[in-house]
Amino acid sequence: MAFLEAEDLRVTYHPRKAPVVKALDGLSLDVPQGTVFGLLGPNGAGKSTTVKVLTTLIRADSGRARIDGIDVREDPEEIRRRIGVAGQYAAVDENLTALENLDMVGRLYHLSRTDSKRRAEELVALFDLGEAKSRPVKGFSGGMRRRIDLACALVISPAVLFLDEPTTGLDPRSRLGMWDVIESLASAGTTVLLTTQYLEEADRLADDIAVIDRGQVIARGTADELKARVGGRRIQLTLVSADDLPAAVAALQRVGTGAPDVSGDGRAASVTVAEGAPALAEVLAELARQGIELHDAGMQRPTLDDVFLRLTGHAAEDGEADETEGRKGS
Amino acid sequence: MTVAADRVTTSLEAAPVPREPSPLAAWFSDGWITTRRNLIKIKRVPDVLVFTTLQPIMFVLLFSYVYSGSIQIPGSDYKEFIMAGIFAQTVVFGATWSGYATAQDIRDGIIDRFRTLPMRPSAVLVGRTNGDLLINSISMVVMILTGLVVGWRVRSSLLEGLAGVVLLLAFAYALSWVMVFIGLSVRSPEVINNVSFIVLFPLTFISNAFVPSENLPTPLRIFAEWNPVSALVLAARQLFGNVPPGMQVGDTWTMQNPVQAVLIGIAVLLAVFVPLSVWRFGRIGSRA
Ligand SMILES: Nc1ncnc2c1ncn2[C@@H]1O[C@H](COP(=O)(O)OP(=O)(O)O)[C@@H](O)[C@H]1O
Ligand SMILES: [Mg+2]
Repeated sequence: MAFLEAEDLRVTYHPRKAPVVKALDGLSLDVPQGTVFGLLGPNGAGKSTTVKVLTTLIRADSGRARIDGIDVREDPEEIRRRIGVAGQYAAVDENLTALENLDMVGRLYHLSRTDSKRRAEELVALFDLGEAKSRPVKGFSGGMRRRIDLACALVISPAVLFLDEPTTGLDPRSRLGMWDVIESLASAGTTVLLTTQYLEEADRLADDIAVIDRGQVIARGTADELKARVGGRRIQLTLVSADDLPAAVAALQRVGTGAPDVSGDGRAASVTVAEGAPALAEVLAELARQGIELHDAGMQRPTLDDVFLRLTGHAAEDGEADETEGRKGS
Repeated sequence: MTVAADRVTTSLEAAPVPREPSPLAAWFSDGWITTRRNLIKIKRVPDVLVFTTLQPIMFVLLFSYVYSGSIQIPGSDYKEFIMAGIFAQTVVFGATWSGYATAQDIRDGIIDRFRTLPMRPSAVLVGRTNGDLLINSISMVVMILTGLVVGWRVRSSLLEGLAGVVLLLAFAYALSWVMVFIGLSVRSPEVINNVSFIVLFPLTFISNAFVPSENLPTPLRIFAEWNPVSALVLAARQLFGNVPPGMQVGDTWTMQNPVQAVLIGIAVLLAVFVPLSVWRFGRIGSRA
């Protein structure tokens, strides 16, 4: 039996003045202890709903979920004693300082006054929250709030740490910082369930990935296994001059299994092929014959983006425009 | 942000283990922690406090100096008559902060944090209503002092006067739970302001708070005599010994037995809205 397991979860929302939404439609998961599990899916796939069911925030209409053998529905309080949660939106009290927020959380886990204070100080140091230590959270950046929020989830050493889109909305630097923290937590043996819309993020952090779409798991495996399912390789060219692009695209077209992609600046093109090496050799020979200069040429395994497109028939980034709507519906 | 892996490891190993206190101890501790959070907020965001102390002072001064010349209460001084009305109006409106703050907490996501912690759910709401009680108590003290300065006197005994104050605060506390329930049920904090305006304005102004109900046109008089705020005002007025001799208070049971009516009202509101709010709190996430 896996450490965290969910079986056939179903959740239906009944919004006022709108059709019902099947947010989870028979979702099952199992996460072994000490691993990082990535729940990957576009906006609206049901990631937050899954996290909410597992963290006792909402009850599933049917199905069951257990953490360390404890049923989330039957014994939510026992679950709450063991988990740490950093939701999609930082859940911190704006009027309290970082230290006061952490201490409040500690006391609500029923730590003793001294343990709670000491732990809050420790986390402030560990997460580099010095600046927000004695000033109200209000007025600090999103990155800082996220860090405080994550620190709140680590007041105890949680049996499972839930991170719902931990880097959405962060600037690239803060995102790298967050990745470092998650990697350290993973190497410290914490069981982590993280959700993300970023394929790169799941690839980098998760031992195991479930791709979800419309409330169902549509693929399951390691990043490598998922990539292998798409099969083939990707050939990528970067030209010295954008003028040669049509010729390069034509050459790629001939060997590719689909239409070549052209990237932003008009000097790079790529295509998926069945057999990498011979196709690359053929393209290079053709371009050399035409005297086209190359900046770079290479072969790549498909990205998780390709996986997603293949599995769902639509791109993973579909829903990202909605991101700013954020909090209202949550 | 750079967090060394080994520091995280040591830190997690050193992390304290949650205790399992007895349910009662947990409840008191949780209630205190969430109350403290609200006290810090009152300290950091003093607008609420400034508003809830300045406004009653203004009311007391306005009614005792501006209107008392034109509104005659036979056999009594308008200042004495009006004070229970101002007190009641202030604490009734003061009860709406709970609703507003609850809705705001939901919007800010902090309620979700609480709901994933091993705390008593009711404690969050207790902390909330305690915050209101404190604000209302402060307003009350300010109003009493201002009242005494402008010449208001308790004509009964000190004990009865205190009972009047406690009754006002207790009613407002019960009303806070109603507002908490509304706060848990609305889409945004702003809705609370509208609801409280639409409901509380007629309740406080079509009552015996500022004028004797006997002087009102018949339909309004009937409304006023059944109005729970009238019962509250009359109860406080009686306990303060400020009912003008010979005043017709009305024949309804609530007007004849205002203190009992208010006590029953408090009990009913608490009995209905405390469990209802706790139940609602448990299902915040699943609503639209
Ligand atoms: N409180 C809610 N009321 C109604 N519909 C909701 C609510 N929360 C989420 N949904 C809908 O349920 C689906 C899944 O949402 P969610 O779990 O938040 O997805 P994700 O986190 O993957 O973006 C979406 O279609 C979303 O619009
Ligand atoms: Mg989400």
